Amino acid sequence: MEVKIETAKRPPLKGAKKRKKFIGSEAFYGYLFVSPMVIGFLVIMLFPLIYSIYMSLTDWQLLGDPNFIGTENYQRLVNDPDFWVVLKNTIIFAAGLVPINIVLALLLALLLQKNLPGIGFFRTAIFIPVMTSIVVWSIIWKYMFGTEEGFINQVLATIGIDGPAWLYDPDLAMGAVIVVSALKNVGLNMVLFLAALQQVDKNLYEASYLDGANKRRQFWHVTLPMITPTVFLTLILTIIGSMKVFGQIYVMTNGGPGNHTKVLVYYIWENAFRLFDFGYASAIALVLFVIILVFTVIQWTGRKRWVFHEE
Amino acid sequence: MKNKKKNGILTKVLFYGVLSFISIVMIVPFLWMINTSFKDSTKIFVFQFIPNPFKWENYLQVLESTPFHLFYFNSLYIAILVTVGTIFLGSLAGYAFAKLKFRGSSILFLCLLSTMMIPVEVITIPLFLFMRDLGLINTHVPLIAIPILGPAGVFGVFVMRQFFLLVPTELEEAAKLDGCSYFRIYWNIMLPLAKPAVATLTIFTFLTSWNEFYEPLIYINSKELMTLPLALALFTDEVGTKWELLMSASVMATVPLLIIFFFAQKQFIEGVAMTGGK
Repeated sequence: MEVKIETAKRPPLKGAKKRKKFIGSEAFYGYLFVSPMVIGFLVIMLFPLIYSIYMSLTDWQLLGDPNFIGTENYQRLVNDPDFWVVLKNTIIFAAGLVPINIVLALLLALLLQKNLPGIGFFRTAIFIPVMTSIVVWSIIWKYMFGTEEGFINQVLATIGIDGPAWLYDPDLAMGAVIVVSALKNVGLNMVLFLAALQQVDKNLYEASYLDGANKRRQFWHVTLPMITPTVFLTLILTIIGSMKVFGQIYVMTNGGPGNHTKVLVYYIWENAFRLFDFGYASAIALVLFVIILVFTVIQWTGRKRWVFHEE
Repeated sequence: MKNKKKNGILTKVLFYGVLSFISIVMIVPFLWMINTSFKDSTKIFVFQFIPNPFKWENYLQVLESTPFHLFYFNSLYIAILVTVGTIFLGSLAGYAFAKLKFRGSSILFLCLLSTMMIPVEVITIPLFLFMRDLGLINTHVPLIAIPILGPAGVFGVFVMRQFFLLVPTELEEAAKLDGCSYFRIYWNIMLPLAKPAVATLTIFTFLTSWNEFYEPLIYINSKELMTLPLALALFTDEVGTKWELLMSASVMATVPLLIIFFFAQKQFIEGVAMTGGK
């Protein structure tokens, strides 16, 4: 790579323009400048993706030669009760996180849109977790949810309530993880919504006000339709993000109690890097890829429609 | 009229009520973390507004029992290299995609863009095996090379291309007439113009790299090579319920960077709004 950069630095030969040689031409530099990223795309993204399809058709372990076993891993997947639990948990996580995150972010954006005193403080407070590492955020919250030592149960104790063992209760653990995850990233979506709200044409509000629309009608009939492209994009990105949840699960619950918070990426990681069952892990990973692909396609096709509406 | 005023006060109460509640939920964990980091291990179960005894020795104990300075150094230099690499290669390719004419440029760009939908978690298994064959497991190479040439880099190309598309072509034409090479046009004209985009991308890339957890978890085994998030996550297993030590470590890992980003916040928020809106 460095060699290429060196050649790029060299000034072009005089008269090279006239000779129309490829070397030194605009196209030459175009290819040269994009080549590191294109090579990266081939080596780091495309090839591994194709390779993992092949791996999913083998019994690849840490040691020993892999054998081609056809669709055996996928058959195993269908009959693996743990896989279905994990898939269900991932869907529960997404179903809990996405609405909380989007509604809260939208509400906060609407509130922070007004220029009242103290806005800067609130905005910073809500944005701090976005900049914090998910590991630290999860460690702190694991402690907050601690059965005896945790802040929440200590506060509950002062009003005479004996708090539950949040992260060790099969019914509560997932809820706790969802809340922690929603709080972590709500600031990010809020900022996206704020940017969208600021772009709404102020004349529309005036026009609708003159037509006698109240605040609530303005929200449903002016604000919301104008920011649907952003809401839609944010929604899809949040769904995709929630399919890939890992760090908070690893730190807070390790998938427990039992299997109650074990999610797809955790299961992939466990099979690949704990059990070294690379073939099977690849098959699960490809399921994740297909799920995310579906949402990406929805985003692309849907986005065209929204953008069309917008214009 | 009176009704309307009453309504206004109600709105304000609601406004500050909701925002204060959310802000408290966001900030209390950090205060709790700082509070506990100074607590005596016997007082963990006792609520103390100001810890008594005030044990700043907790920090010393963490520093003595773990190579914390190494974690810091590893996180910092990896994040810096990833950021510099992403900015350089991202802006170079972004400039070419935006300004240079070459056959297949739009198809190549689309190919790059399409990788944004490939989750890193999916390609990590084959990448891990390649890195193993190259003898790069338990080194920092995968933590630096994969983001630059992979997802972070692609995001960089996208951001920079969008920016360069907005730069008028006249500047370039003039430079070309003066006999500037394409690399000089990029380096001396385009890159300085792109400062706002570079600033945004810097903060974004740095933060992502600094907070990255999955890749270090997979590639790093030796303690002295760990980054902060990985070290903290494993420290959790190690010290178990010694919360005061865990919180001291967490404070050291987060607070300095939070202070820096507090000042860069505006840029960051604007950047998110700019790039997220696409």
